[in-house]
Amino acid sequence: MNYLQFLSMTPEISLLGVFVMIFLFDLVATGRYRRIFHGIVCLLLIAHTYICITSGEEQTLFGGMYYNNPMISFVKALLTFGTLLVILQAHRWLRGSYTYYKQGEFYVLMLSTLIGMYFMMSARHFLLLFIGIELASLPLACLVAFDKYRHNSAEAGIKYILSSMFSSAIMLFGISYLYGITGTLYFDDMPTILTGTPIHIFSLVMFFVGLGFKISLVPFHLWTADSYQGAPTVVTAYLSVISKGAAVFTLFVVLTKVFSNMVPQWQTLLYILTVASITIANLFAIKQHNIKRFMAFSSISQAGYIMLAVIAGNAKGMTAMVFYILVYIVANLAVFGVIESIEQQTRHGVRRETINGFYSTNPRLALLMTLALFSLAGIPPFAGFFSKFFVFMSAFDAGFWVLVFIALINTVISLYYYLLIVKAMFITPNEHPVQKIKCDLYTRLSLVICFAGIVLLGICSIVYINIDKLAF
Amino acid sequence: MNILNLFIFIPLSMLLALFISRNIKQIRATMVTGSTLLLALSVYLTIDFIAQRNAGVSAAQLYCDSWHWYPTLNICYSIGVDGVSVAMILLSSIIVFTGTFASWRIKPQTKEFFLWYTLLTLGVYGFFISTDLFTMFMFYETALIPMYLLIGVWGSGKKEYSAMKLTLMLMGGSAFLLMGILGIYFGSGATTMNIHEIAALGNIPVNIQYIFFPLTFIGFGVLGALFPFHTWSPDGHASAPTSVSMLHAGVLMKLGGYGCFRIAMYLLPQAANDLAWLFIILTTISVVYGALSAISQTDLKYINAYSSVSHCGLVLFALLMMTRTACTGAILQMLSHGLMTALFFAIIGMIYGRTHTRDIRKMQGLMKIMPFLAVGYVIAGFANLGLPGFSGFVAEMTIFVGAFSIDDIFHRVVTIIACTSIVITAVYILRVVGKILYGVPTDSEHLKLTDATWDERFTVICLIACVAALGIAPMWMSNLIGGDVANIISNIQP
Repeated sequence: MNYLQFLSMTPEISLLGVFVMIFLFDLVATGRYRRIFHGIVCLLLIAHTYICITSGEEQTLFGGMYYNNPMISFVKALLTFGTLLVILQAHRWLRGSYTYYKQGEFYVLMLSTLIGMYFMMSARHFLLLFIGIELASLPLACLVAFDKYRHNSAEAGIKYILSSMFSSAIMLFGISYLYGITGTLYFDDMPTILTGTPIHIFSLVMFFVGLGFKISLVPFHLWTADSYQGAPTVVTAYLSVISKGAAVFTLFVVLTKVFSNMVPQWQTLLYILTVASITIANLFAIKQHNIKRFMAFSSISQAGYIMLAVIAGNAKGMTAMVFYILVYIVANLAVFGVIESIEQQTRHGVRRETINGFYSTNPRLALLMTLALFSLAGIPPFAGFFSKFFVFMSAFDAGFWVLVFIALINTVISLYYYLLIVKAMFITPNEHPVQKIKCDLYTRLSLVICFAGIVLLGICSIVYINIDKLAF
Repeated sequence: MNILNLFIFIPLSMLLALFISRNIKQIRATMVTGSTLLLALSVYLTIDFIAQRNAGVSAAQLYCDSWHWYPTLNICYSIGVDGVSVAMILLSSIIVFTGTFASWRIKPQTKEFFLWYTLLTLGVYGFFISTDLFTMFMFYETALIPMYLLIGVWGSGKKEYSAMKLTLMLMGGSAFLLMGILGIYFGSGATTMNIHEIAALGNIPVNIQYIFFPLTFIGFGVLGALFPFHTWSPDGHASAPTSVSMLHAGVLMKLGGYGCFRIAMYLLPQAANDLAWLFIILTTISVVYGALSAISQTDLKYINAYSSVSHCGLVLFALLMMTRTACTGAILQMLSHGLMTALFFAIIGMIYGRTHTRDIRKMQGLMKIMPFLAVGYVIAGFANLGLPGFSGFVAEMTIFVGAFSIDDIFHRVVTIIACTSIVITAVYILRVVGKILYGVPTDSEHLKLTDATWDERFTVICLIACVAALGIAPMWMSNLIGGDVANIISNIQP
């Protein structure tokens, strides 16, 4: 075996490098050096994102277990970029008294889940895939329970890890069936054998549970609201965009590579789950008063919309999906950035009543939040409109007319609950609105990036065109 | 550079200027400069367009331009105008211009108000100049969403309820519409979203047309106050601030009629012919029901809102007749209704700003207290009930002549039914005029009120001049739109 092969996995090696450097810095740095810790992490991640984007050649390693190409590198860079935004927003929270001394742990845990996601996306072998998924799940449970003195956080951590383990077990069961049927774990060897007999469908469904849990599609979504509410806000943000994005991409790859002879079967499966996710999540979101719970249901329904691109299962669908993830990252992180700022100011969980009259004291944050919510609802000229339109187009092109119609009707429902937030900020009067918030530099930077993304991503078609060139 | 791009560029610069402006003077200066520029530009466009047409340029669209936006999805930013869109652009500019003056003293948050107002304007212009399904739809939605905040924050009465109802119903309509647009694009198998190229291909299978015509028509029809989907309109108009009512009834509802004509009927001609009867019945109900509802209202804005339902119903009614005369009448009616309804809402807003009530039972003898506004109201009323010399007469005359000339029993019967709305209109207009303007003022508080200020007078006079101009000299306008209407009609008729 040629050990130089390891060096060819540039994104992973580079992230590992960042990981080790942070680990060492945490070990040796004391006193005033710790103050620049956050800045150093951000710089390292920027450098790493750059390496990710430029390391785009196509390659297959370890006899076909590991595969990387420009598109996968791009998605890795995208997720790293999202992680960077999350870490930028975490600055003030990390300087709090409970979290200050375990700042290093936070970065290390977060980056190790990111490596797990890298492996998930590059895996062409079920063993590597499973390791990736586990690596992406376990540290996340620690992150969810990071505020260990807060009752909610610990509870959320337990809920997350239990349901995560449970779904992993079911997925492993599905993988063992697949192994039993085909006698191999390599993706490339499977499609010819998997032709859609009942046992094949059974293993598909079992396997699906694991990823369905990570994406939080409807029958597997029950952990979402509680975990989102209990986890520290930055971790919630991370869960809702990065972890979800990686899982969606992996799902797309597995469905099109492994189950490529069972297209009607998995399309039916996705059809049902999509309708259920979008509709049920939308109906539940209306009732939520806690903003983080509300965003949990919003993110479930957004996941349903992404499934419209997956269900098309072609290159157009992949482009639409990656573009959707990109837009979703900036819009959702903008919302979470604002929530985090409010939380740091008020020291309480944010409820819909909390932000009544928010516009009168914090016009900029309120405006940003409004634009982000409009983007999530799919209102032009913001990026979300474009991403939703492309997703609808790809599903419609694949012939799912009724599905698109159902999804479209649901956008009206989603607009209703997004507008409730807008109404609270702009219209509902409040005698004691949230005080004027002074964001720190890092948060401000991340919010500005999100704002630029929301406004420009759709209008400047260059991003979409370049993603389209990479799609496979 | 293509002159049409300026209709996007100017509102964009206005948005930017508003964003950085610091005090009310800068805001007003920006708005006045911007809307004056837009008005001047539309006048220039109209004159130049007529000159080109007279010089014998007979292309379906002038000032065409196209730029590949999302090439792999065949989405282009393509623009171009014909007579109908030129007329609509002119109308929008007049309303936006006068609306600026009508909201001269809006409070609080003046800057935000004008930001959303300008975004709405941007959407309206963009919609009228685009010839690409995607961009058209994008601008359409851009024009809808600012309404929520405009009504919700600056409105009156049960504003939150109305704003939410209006937004959700219109967005529901646009969900239907998006479905229709996707159906048209994929159904035609075209490699472009340009509506003229799709129309030229004309190969959308009939069974697909049957599915997507109702979706598209209803999608636009919601905004055009088509009968069962009109319920947002009275609440929305009643709660909106003055200039927003003006813009909404005057321009935004025209987006519905224009879209029905330009997209639903033009691109799905077969289904339009076969299913027209269904929608003709619905629009006839709109016309008569709207007018009857207006009789029983006591709130000035509700009366006018129901009157709008009736008049906009007449637009769709005429379009569905699919003859050149009737459709020309429909476009004239859009213009005429846009102007006179803006005038109405402007005056109602001014009266409300003084009396703080819109209940007609609580007002009397206003003619003695505020003669200028009262005379304006009477003129608007006359235009509304179709008195010769004002725009309403020309439009309704053309519509009913065009509709009645179709030689079959169904069309004649519905035309006669729709004609009754003229009489009903006279009833509710004259009733209000008699009730609130004449007689002796009863409320002693009302005696202290003043007449219109300069900015209000300016708004009213501008609009009256336009209404009268269209009524006295309608031929240049009907020549401007007639040729292009005939173009579209020739594509629809079998």
